[in-house]
Amino acid sequence: MKAKVYVTLKAGVLDPQGKAIHHSVGLLGFGGIQDVRQGKYFEISLDGTLAAHEAEEAATKLAREVLSNPVIEDYRVEIEA
Amino acid sequence: MKFGVIIFPGSNCDHDAYHVISKHVGQPVDFIWHRDTNLSSYDAVILPGGFSYGDYLRAGALARFSPVMASVKRFAESGRFVLGICNGFQILCEAGLLPGALIRNRDLHFICDHINVKVETTDTPFTNELKRASVLSIPIAHAEGNYVCDDETHRELVGEDRIVFRYCDERGRVTTESNPNGSRDSIAGICNRARNVLGLMPHPERACEDLLGSADGRDIFRSLAATLAAHA
Repeated sequence: MKAKVYVTLKAGVLDPQGKAIHHSVGLLGFGGIQDVRQGKYFEISLDGTLAAHEAEEAATKLAREVLSNPVIEDYRVEIEA
Repeated sequence: MKFGVIIFPGSNCDHDAYHVISKHVGQPVDFIWHRDTNLSSYDAVILPGGFSYGDYLRAGALARFSPVMASVKRFAESGRFVLGICNGFQILCEAGLLPGALIRNRDLHFICDHINVKVETTDTPFTNELKRASVLSIPIAHAEGNYVCDDETHRELVGEDRIVFRYCDERGRVTTESNPNGSRDSIAGICNRARNVLGLMPHPERACEDLLGSADGRDIFRSLAATLAAHA
């Protein structure tokens, strides 16, 4: 079983890296790009014996307590069988 | 009085901090490996600068889980003194001992430079030998020093006189231009509510000898020593 965790900066928190990427893609001629926000993506392999809800709990705890910083970031967890 | 300097894997300002305490403050000091958990013989601990755990995940995020950190938390709760410099400040924020977070510098660059900070309060054990509104020339060396916090936290910091240092120009004016990394309200250092935990991005331990360009950082360590002497 696999958990996918997406960690993104909260709305309103400045993202200098996203801004730099946005600026560069503009220079490269990509049109129609309004904004870029950079985040992090984690793939976590979970013990196959866990029930789906247990896997989700384990991954959510990890996302909340380690992978994200609640002061600046939000997280989203997806479980894949 | 006894000082401890904690070494995390990737700390690199540990020897500078040790040198300042032993030579310029003239007090006993030990290195403390991050797996040690007994802090009972210390009166103050320093979390030094560096790149603990390679800054993986977020600066300071993994050092928070080092065995010593649970002891540091209890140490702080017992009223003893904790000083976090640069990466140490990042670790204290990640560990929840100080509010807010330190994110990538506004202009993305790693900045290594001498800057000026204004002493905003002398009502801390780390600044009580300094003059309020005085300007200290101290180096910074960081890529993630951009202090952020929500409005409520900021109101608390201001209301409780917990902003200890702000970036400023050489005349003590706090301006957008004198803010090197985009920190909210030009914040360079803050303390906790009990005022016994200080975190700051500048490196006072690198500004303790005229030979190094500035000795302005010395009084921060001397303030702490004076506080400890008064407590003894």
